[in-house]
Amino acid sequence: MSEGDDLSALVWGFLGISLLSVGGGVAALPEMHRLVVETHGWMDDLAFSKRYALAQAAPGPNVMVVGLFGWHVAGITGMFAAMLAMCGPTSILAYAFCRLRGHLGGSVGMRVFERGMVPIAVGLIAASGLLLAQGAAFGTGGAPLAIAISIGSTVFVWRGRFSPLWVLGAGAALGAVLPG
Amino acid sequence: MSAPSNRALFLAYLQIGLTGFGGVNAWARHMLVEKRGWLTEQEYAETLGIGQVLPGPNALNTAIGVGVRFGGAMGAMACALGLLAGPMLLLAGIAALYDAYGQLPLVRATLTGIAAAAAGMVLGTAIKMGVKLRPTLPLLAVGLAALALALLRAPLPFVVLGLAPFGLIAAWWAMQPRPGRR
Repeated sequence: MSEGDDLSALVWGFLGISLLSVGGGVAALPEMHRLVVETHGWMDDLAFSKRYALAQAAPGPNVMVVGLFGWHVAGITGMFAAMLAMCGPTSILAYAFCRLRGHLGGSVGMRVFERGMVPIAVGLIAASGLLLAQGAAFGTGGAPLAIAISIGSTVFVWRGRFSPLWVLGAGAALGAVLPG
Repeated sequence: MSAPSNRALFLAYLQIGLTGFGGVNAWARHMLVEKRGWLTEQEYAETLGIGQVLPGPNALNTAIGVGVRFGGAMGAMACALGLLAGPMLLLAGIAALYDAYGQLPLVRATLTGIAAAAAGMVLGTAIKMGVKLRPTLPLLAVGLAALALALLRAPLPFVVLGLAPFGLIAAWWAMQPRPGRR
């Protein structure tokens, strides 16, 4: 496949994903996994989880991981193309919606919509977490350690009120120190 | 309080983008509500709620909502560009470094540790959100169905569009006043 084919597959793929990504970038991760790992084979499971880790370790919205996938496929062009595909159309939609919202705000229809869609978003986010944990654990030799870190971090974030940075820092330190 | 200029919006979101570790929503709230006082807690929560149910990146949708409120189309542009510009530049640098040094054993091991922790962060956040919602049984079932279908690798359009009617019915049903039980 030529570079141009990859680039257009990247753009069309993320365009499609963005328009259904209720719950934001993280909820759409399983679909991104399908696109970049399963359908096109641009990277393996572990590389996928590591791209997400890189994006998390840097500041910025979660959706930045899309830029890293794009970079992996087609360098800096791929980064901008993927981000534009992921953010452009939905931004226009959000703009139009916010303009209209004056009339809709607080209406019953709006509240039903919100309350009905949020559980789907949360379910999708949970699936993303499991998928990422699987990628981190089974791509390396250090599966037990990676699984332990994932479980520890799940409980810590669920029950704790500390900055997520502590979790990522602890994960980095454990990964670096222990054999895996 | 006078409405912030587009320039002020851009600069505020630039700062939000560059400080927002682990997702920017908490940082955006801190800046817009506490530091600048442009929005009340309630106004921010409403804007964020809309950003979350619309398709697309939550933080970006929310930024656009904030921008529209104060500066119309130009305001939306200012917030969106401010949010993305800093992290994009930073990430291009990180991606280049990763290409160069990503295969070193120590870097690999460290990143695997971060990847495992980041996975747990996502899972923990989902549990936290789910508990906070205190869903009714039908809404819980819809959420679990979304989880199961996604794990079975059902395509996203199928999951979202297939479950949306059930979610809306469950939500509508949950919001009906019920004077007595049958």
